[in-house]
Amino acid sequence: MRNFAYEAARMPGDAVMAVAQDTGARFIAGGTTLVDLMRVNVEAPSKLVDINGLPLKGITALPGGGVRIGALARMSEVAEHPLVVQGFPAVSQALLASASPQLRNKASIGGNLLQRTRCPYFRDLALPCNKREPGTGCSAIGGENKMQAVLGTSDSCIATYAGDMAVAMVALDAVVRVRGPRGDRTVNLVDLHVVPGDTPQRETVLAPEDLILAVDLPAAPHAARSHYLKVRDRASYEFAVTSAATGLDVQGGRIRAARVALGGVGTKPWRSPEAEALLVGQAPTREAFGAAAQAALRGARGYSQNAFKIPLAQRTLIRALELAAGGPA
Amino acid sequence: MAEQENPAELVDLKLRVNGVTRSLRLEPRVSLLDALREHLGLTGTKKGCNQGACGACTVHVNGVRINSCLALAIMHQQDDITTIEGLAQGEALHPMQQAFIDHEGLQCGYCTPGQIMSGVACVREGHAQSDAQTREWMSGNVCRCGCYNGIVEAVRSVREAQG
Ligand SMILES: Cc1cc2nc3c(=O)[nH]c(=O)nc-3n(C[C@H](O)[C@H](O)[C@H](O)COP(=O)(O)OP(=O)(O)OC[C@H]3O[C@@H](n4cnc5c(N)ncnc54)[C@H](O)[C@@H]3O)c2cc1C
Ligand code: SF4
Ligand code: FES
Ligand code: FES
Repeated sequence: MRNFAYEAARMPGDAVMAVAQDTGARFIAGGTTLVDLMRVNVEAPSKLVDINGLPLKGITALPGGGVRIGALARMSEVAEHPLVVQGFPAVSQALLASASPQLRNKASIGGNLLQRTRCPYFRDLALPCNKREPGTGCSAIGGENKMQAVLGTSDSCIATYAGDMAVAMVALDAVVRVRGPRGDRTVNLVDLHVVPGDTPQRETVLAPEDLILAVDLPAAPHAARSHYLKVRDRASYEFAVTSAATGLDVQGGRIRAARVALGGVGTKPWRSPEAEALLVGQAPTREAFGAAAQAALRGARGYSQNAFKIPLAQRTLIRALELAAGGPA
Repeated sequence: MAEQENPAELVDLKLRVNGVTRSLRLEPRVSLLDALREHLGLTGTKKGCNQGACGACTVHVNGVRINSCLALAIMHQQDDITTIEGLAQGEALHPMQQAFIDHEGLQCGYCTPGQIMSGVACVREGHAQSDAQTREWMSGNVCRCGCYNGIVEAVRSVREAQG
């Protein structure tokens, strides 16, 4: 690990200024992504600005039944918080299926949103990677790509967004509150991450000095009936091969509102407005769910080892829709 | 080596470990794991992967279990840290330590300190209500020798003894 200077920030504005003034500086929260990448020299910040002293830990009710989750709330606290468990079960389920208890105790919500890909080449300085070193090429496209994405890929990069929580949150219309040098703004979570295109090194719309303050989740009947289903190579403590977050509001035998997002298959947390549009107004049947699953994966592109993810993601989504509808249709 | 081209300032810091406050002079990049093992001589906590993946380095910070390999010592100066050395009361082993012996929850023993720290936390958190739940909530600790059944039995016996 390269050496760095260290500073503990006391107020959000100070943290923002400290990073704005030093192009090599980075915020550190739990450190479970950043320290890991610093150890393999993929990240080499000149300065770490420790944000753990900032007052951004609260989980509070919003008027109307929503919840505001402070950026420094820990994954473990959020997963078992009554407001989240009751109003947004998919978010709780996604968190409980993430990483390990030890990591969840350390890792923060802001850091979780901004975790980096687990593409093995991104972590290996000996091999080309456009995300780590723009212009060097992509080792995964013609190499090991079983875990890579099938949606939102480009000829530059096919890395999967690896996180779980953001998939559930993106389905439930989460809004990210951000403080930058010019003040506060909100970003819809669905717009936070960007597809790689020919600039895979750029992963979000945030600048390095933009500090995430909190994430807001608006209450809704489909959010209270949401579900997160994760499919992986072992039963626990593993990243998703495919996952699906679903939320359904079914009344009088018809779907009034539907939410669909996929994980493990996209270069960003992947919401599917196409699938949602097909579901609204339908009866919650296997046929309707199958059609939505077809739509959600339309345009997917399989590579040498990961084409199996396309049918697997469809089945994952059908099952997650059944679970959100209250069991097998 | 690149690492030496840019020597960081050493910083004075204090860590409160197993109830005792210790003074250290370290580079900011020193992990909590290395501070415990290399600088404080507390070698009970083990280094497996050094990447957050195996749980061998599990310690308690303010009563909560974390991976000390992905923690920076400099970030834990306000905290109460407990390592495997801090569990026993004098010569009397912690019930979880005794249970691991009684239920043969150790083979080579390398993963054992982390498993025990996680086992203690797992019971305290209320996440050892069934063997299935214990398996899920102990999954952050990887044992290469395969004594998982003994570990589950040990955790179960401590949870049952606590009623
Ligand atoms: C072995 C292992 C297994 C894992 N398995 C899973 C899994 O199954 N599912 C899953 O979702 N995740 C998994 N993770 C990833 C883990 O969830 C993330 O590392 C963690 O959530 C990151 O949070 P942090 O607070 O530790 O982030 P940090 O490492 O502190 O920060 C990550 C990034 O976010 C930036 N940042 C942090 N906070 C803010 C803020 N408030 N504003 C702006 N920028 C900020 C940092 O500068 C850094 O770039 C795993 C990690 C490991 C090591
Ligand atoms: S998929 Fe992206 S992260 Fe992986 S090697 Fe290619 S460019 Fe790098
Ligand atoms: S050494 Fe820390 S998790 Fe493996
Ligand atoms: S006993 Fe050998 S690693 Fe667990």
